[in-house]
Amino acid sequence: MHEVALAQEIVEICQAHVESGSKIETVKLEIGALSGVVAEAIEFCFEACAKGTALEGATLLIDKIKGTAKCPICAQTFEVAAVFDPCPHCQTYPVEILSGRQMRVSEIEVNDV
Amino acid sequence: MCNTCGCNPNHSHAHAHDHPAPRKKITIEQDILSKNNSLAKTNRALFKKHQIFALNLVSSPGSGKTALLEKTLRELSAKTRFAVIEGDQQTDNDAQRIAKTGVPVHQINTGAGCHLDAHGIAHALDHFDLKNLDVLFIENVGNLVCPATFDLGEHHKVAVLSVTEGEDKPLKYPTMFENSDVMLLNKIDLLPYLDFDVKKCKEFAKRVNPKIKIFEISVKTGAGMSTWYEWLAQEAREI
Repeated sequence: MHEVALAQEIVEICQAHVESGSKIETVKLEIGALSGVVAEAIEFCFEACAKGTALEGATLLIDKIKGTAKCPICAQTFEVAAVFDPCPHCQTYPVEILSGRQMRVSEIEVNDV
Repeated sequence: MCNTCGCNPNHSHAHAHDHPAPRKKITIEQDILSKNNSLAKTNRALFKKHQIFALNLVSSPGSGKTALLEKTLRELSAKTRFAVIEGDQQTDNDAQRIAKTGVPVHQINTGAGCHLDAHGIAHALDHFDLKNLDVLFIENVGNLVCPATFDLGEHHKVAVLSVTEGEDKPLKYPTMFENSDVMLLNKIDLLPYLDFDVKKCKEFAKRVNPKIKIFEISVKTGAGMSTWYEWLAQEAREI
């Protein structure tokens, strides 16, 4: 459950961007399908980690980024569910991962009280 | 202006709806692991400054990481100055085992935590004389999932996989094997008693990470240990 540690990082990153007394209403995240992180586990841990902070009760909006890759042989791009998935067109592997590894806090919405 | 009634929210009058407080959007675009990665960078700079070769040993519990370290330290510490950071949720059992080899050791207990992070390593480094150190082993918490995500500043992750675990572990836990530069296939003395398919296991590891180096070893009998020692000596020289 390293999602607890990640949820704590999310809380710290968001708090560093607001004045004390502000209330953070929403947090937008990008979680890639190949990041090794379960978005639902982040949601579960976030609620607990946000307690007693400017993020208490904030809504978490998770943008799940699909894993995409490019084949080094036939140059086609396609979706992958795992880093070791072969090219669906010519069965080559490894393939070049283009997206899906990210874990980012992209945006927050704040109520300045 | 209020979207519901068109009034100015700064004046006061009695009506039946609340004015929502104005919301401000703030763009952040920050990696969730940015703090850990920045501390890992600091650790890496410290290793470079003192010419320390740092390895992060990762595996499931019971693969033989501590036994591997005990044997490696006993056989090589006459010529190389080692130190060990031990990571476990509880107990200092492993640190006690390492201490018996005479090598400096520091135990980190993560409590409920399932992995070591760069912050914990930075503090653990205070316990060693870095000027008189050649190789640092970090024995991570036994777990094939979480330690894969956290850079500690090490030169390489070394995954230890024992043949009692099943040959498909690299496919089941791909992030760990993708992020490791070496896989030590341990306990090969037990192969005659198991259905473990070594060829398949290597193929699975290479599928996840084509560059991974694989050494077949038995810490118990000493088989293959020289290949691991040679890699260690060579890589430590090249930093």
